[in-house]
Amino acid sequence: MENVQPLLEIRGLHKHFGSVEVLKGVDLTLRRGEVVSIIGSSGSGKTTLLRCVNLLEEFQDGDIVLDGETIGYSIVNGRRHRLRDRELSRQRSMTGMVFQSFNLFPHLTAAGNVMLGLRKVRRFGKEEARSIAERWLSRVGLASRSDHYPSQLSGGQQQRVAIARALAMDPKLVLLDEVTSALDPELVQEVLNTVKGIADDGATLLIVTHEMRFARDVSHRVVFMDQGQVVEDAPPAEIFGNSRSQRLAEFLRNTRT
Amino acid sequence: MGYTLQFGAIWASFDKLMSGLAIGLGLAIAAVAIGTCFGLLAAFASVGLSRIGRMIVTCYVMVIRNLPLLVLVLLVYFALPQAGIRLDKYESFIGALALYSGAYLTEVFRAGLTAVPKGVVEAARAIGLTRIQTNVFVTAPIMLRNALPSLGNTFIGMFKDSSIAAAIAIPELTFQARKINVDTFRVVETWIVASGLYIAACFAIASLLRRLERRFPKF
Amino acid sequence: MQTFLDQVWIARWPLWDGFLLTIEIAISAIVLGTVVGCICGIQLLFGPAISRLLFRLYVDVMRGTPVLVLILAAFYIPSVVGISLNATQAGILALSLFAGAHIGELLRGALQAIPPGQAEAARSIGLTFPQTLTYVLLPQALRSALPPWINTGVELIKGSSLLSIIGVGELLLKTQEVIGRTFMTIEFYIFAGLLYLAANISLDQLGKMIERRVQGR
Ligand SMILES: Nc1ncnc2c1ncn2[C@@H]1O[C@H](COP(=O)(O)OP(=O)(O)OP(=O)(O)O)[C@@H](O)[C@H]1O
Ligand SMILES: [Mg+2]
Repeated sequence: MENVQPLLEIRGLHKHFGSVEVLKGVDLTLRRGEVVSIIGSSGSGKTTLLRCVNLLEEFQDGDIVLDGETIGYSIVNGRRHRLRDRELSRQRSMTGMVFQSFNLFPHLTAAGNVMLGLRKVRRFGKEEARSIAERWLSRVGLASRSDHYPSQLSGGQQQRVAIARALAMDPKLVLLDEVTSALDPELVQEVLNTVKGIADDGATLLIVTHEMRFARDVSHRVVFMDQGQVVEDAPPAEIFGNSRSQRLAEFLRNTRT
Repeated sequence: MGYTLQFGAIWASFDKLMSGLAIGLGLAIAAVAIGTCFGLLAAFASVGLSRIGRMIVTCYVMVIRNLPLLVLVLLVYFALPQAGIRLDKYESFIGALALYSGAYLTEVFRAGLTAVPKGVVEAARAIGLTRIQTNVFVTAPIMLRNALPSLGNTFIGMFKDSSIAAAIAIPELTFQARKINVDTFRVVETWIVASGLYIAACFAIASLLRRLERRFPKF
Repeated sequence: MQTFLDQVWIARWPLWDGFLLTIEIAISAIVLGTVVGCICGIQLLFGPAISRLLFRLYVDVMRGTPVLVLILAAFYIPSVVGISLNATQAGILALSLFAGAHIGELLRGALQAIPPGQAEAARSIGLTFPQTLTYVLLPQALRSALPPWINTGVELIKGSSLLSIIGVGELLLKTQEVIGRTFMTIEFYIFAGLLYLAANISLDQLGKMIERRVQGR
C-alpha cells in the first residue's frame, strides 16, 4: 500500500494575494478513492487551497501533482512558467469543482449544464452527452427536472445539478467547497446525502465543510487548517476524539456550541 | 393664424413617405448589424488581456460618442474619396452609422458583460472549457440576454438617426418629407405626418422588442 | 500641413464665430430645456390627470421623432402660422423642446427613485407639498439626474450641428464654407470634429467635477 502512487500530492504550496500570504506551505496527499474533509476557521485558506488545485488561482511556490502530472506550471531553465490556457483547461477538466454558490449556467437547462463540458471538452456527440447527463441527473435524484432552467429549481436542486455537472466529466478528483452553506437548513440534508452516495461509490473527494458531523461520517481523513497551514491531518476518530493541538481544540469548542 | 389643415396633398405622396420609412429602417438594420459586430469585439477587448486593445476601445468610444453623427457622415462621404476610398452614399451612410452605433453598443455590451456573475465564468473554466469556449458558450449568451433591452433602445435611436441620411440626399423619410413640404406648401401637415410615421415605427419596433424579450425570459 | 495651417489662420474668424454660435445655441437650449424639463418632470409625476396626459404626449412625441425632423418642422412651420422666427431661433426652439422632453423624463425617473419614506418623513414634520418638493425631493433628484443631464448637454452640442442644414452659421456650416473655398475636405472636417470633441469632453469633465463637489456633501 505504501508504494502506490498518490492521486493528489500537494507539496509546500505557497500563495499570496499581493503582500498577504494566505497559504504558507501546505502539504497534503490523497490516495485514490479517499475522502478527505478540510475544516478550519473562516479565512484559514480552505477555499484558496481548493481553487489552487483547480487552477482557478495562480500560486507562487510549491507543486501540485495530480495522478503523476505536475499541474499549472512547468519549469523551464529553473524558472516557473504558468502553462498555456489550453493546457490549463485540460488539467482543470481532470478535477471537478462544486461551488458554494452553485454557479449554474443560467441560460442552460439542468441537462444543458451537465452536457456543456461533455460536448465541448470531452467532445461527446449530442446523443451520448445527453444520455450521460440524464444518467447523472437521475443519480442525484433529478431525472424529472432535466429540462428545467436553474431559476426554476430550488437551491438544493441547483446544487445537485452542479454536483452532476462536476461528476459527469468523470474527474479523477472532486473538490467541494462548503456546498451546503448557501442553502436553507431544510435543503442541506438532500445535498449531503447526495455527496455521501458519491463517496460510497468510490469517488475521490476533497471536501471543505463546516458540517462537523458530516465530516466525521463521510471522511477517511480530516484535515484541520489554521492561518494558511495544515495543523492536523488524521482519521476523524482522532480529530474529533482527544484533540491534540490547542488550536484544534479551541476551534472545535467554538463550532460545537 | 389663418391656417387650415388639408391632408389631401400628403396622402397623394404617402407611398413616397412609406418607401422613405423603409429605406430608413434598412439603413438602421444594416448599420446596427455591423455595429453589433464592432460593439461585441470592442466590448470583449475592453475586458480582455491586451492593454493596447483596451486603450483603442476607450479612444474609439470617447471619440465617437462626442462627435456629431453628421460630421462623421460628411467625413466618410466627402472626405474618404480624397483618401482614395470611394463609397456610394448608401455605403457611406451605413458605414458611418455602423461606426457610430458600434460605440454605443460597446458600452451596452460592456455593461452586459460586467453583469455576468464571476462564479459562473469560473464554473465554466472549472469543467475545463478554454477561455474562448467560455466566452462563446457561457459569457456571450448571458451577456446578450442582459443587453437585449438596451440593444433594442440603441436600435430605435439609430433608426431615428437614419434621418440624417437626408443630408447626403438619401431619399429616406425626412428627405421625402422635406421635398413634399417644399413642393406642396402643406407645411404643418407634412411634418405632422412625418413625425407620426417615425413615432409609429418606433412604437412598433419597441413592442416587437418587448415580445422578443418575453421569448427569452430573464434568467 | 503648412498650407492647411495657413488656411486655418485665414479662416480663423469665421470658424471662431461658428464655434461660439454652436456654444451659444447649446447653452440656450440647455437652459430653456431645463426650465421646460423641470416643469415637465414634476407635472408627469404630481400633476393633475389632464396635465400628466398632455406632458406624457409631449414627451413621447419628442422622443419618438428624430431631432432633424423637429428642427425642420420648427424651421418651416412658424412662418405659415404667422410667427416669425429666424433659422437660429427655430433651431434653438427645436433643440429646447427636445431637451425639455428628455430632461423631464429623466427628472421623473430620478424623483420616482427616491424612497417614499423621504416624502413621508418630510410631511410628518409638517412641510407642505411644495416645501417637500423644494427642500427634500428635488435636491436628491437633481443630484442623481446630474450625469444624464450633462449627457443631454453633449447631445445638444452634437445636435446643434444639424442646424447647418437649415442654414444656421454654426461651426459645421462655417466649416463647409471654408471647405468650399479651400477644397481641404478631410482636414477641415477633422478640424471641426476636434473642436466638437474638445467642447464635449470639457463639458463632460465639468460634469464630473460638479459631481465630485456635490458628492462631498
Ligand atoms: N481574491 C482575493 N484577493 C485578496 N485576498 C483574498 C482573495 N481571496 C481570498 N483572500 C484572502 O485569503 C484568505 C483566505 O481566504 P479563503 O477564502 O481561502 O478562506 P476560507 O478558509 O475559505 O474561509 P471561509 O471559511 O470563510 O470560506 C482570507 O484572509 C481572504 O481575505
Ligand atoms: Mg471558503
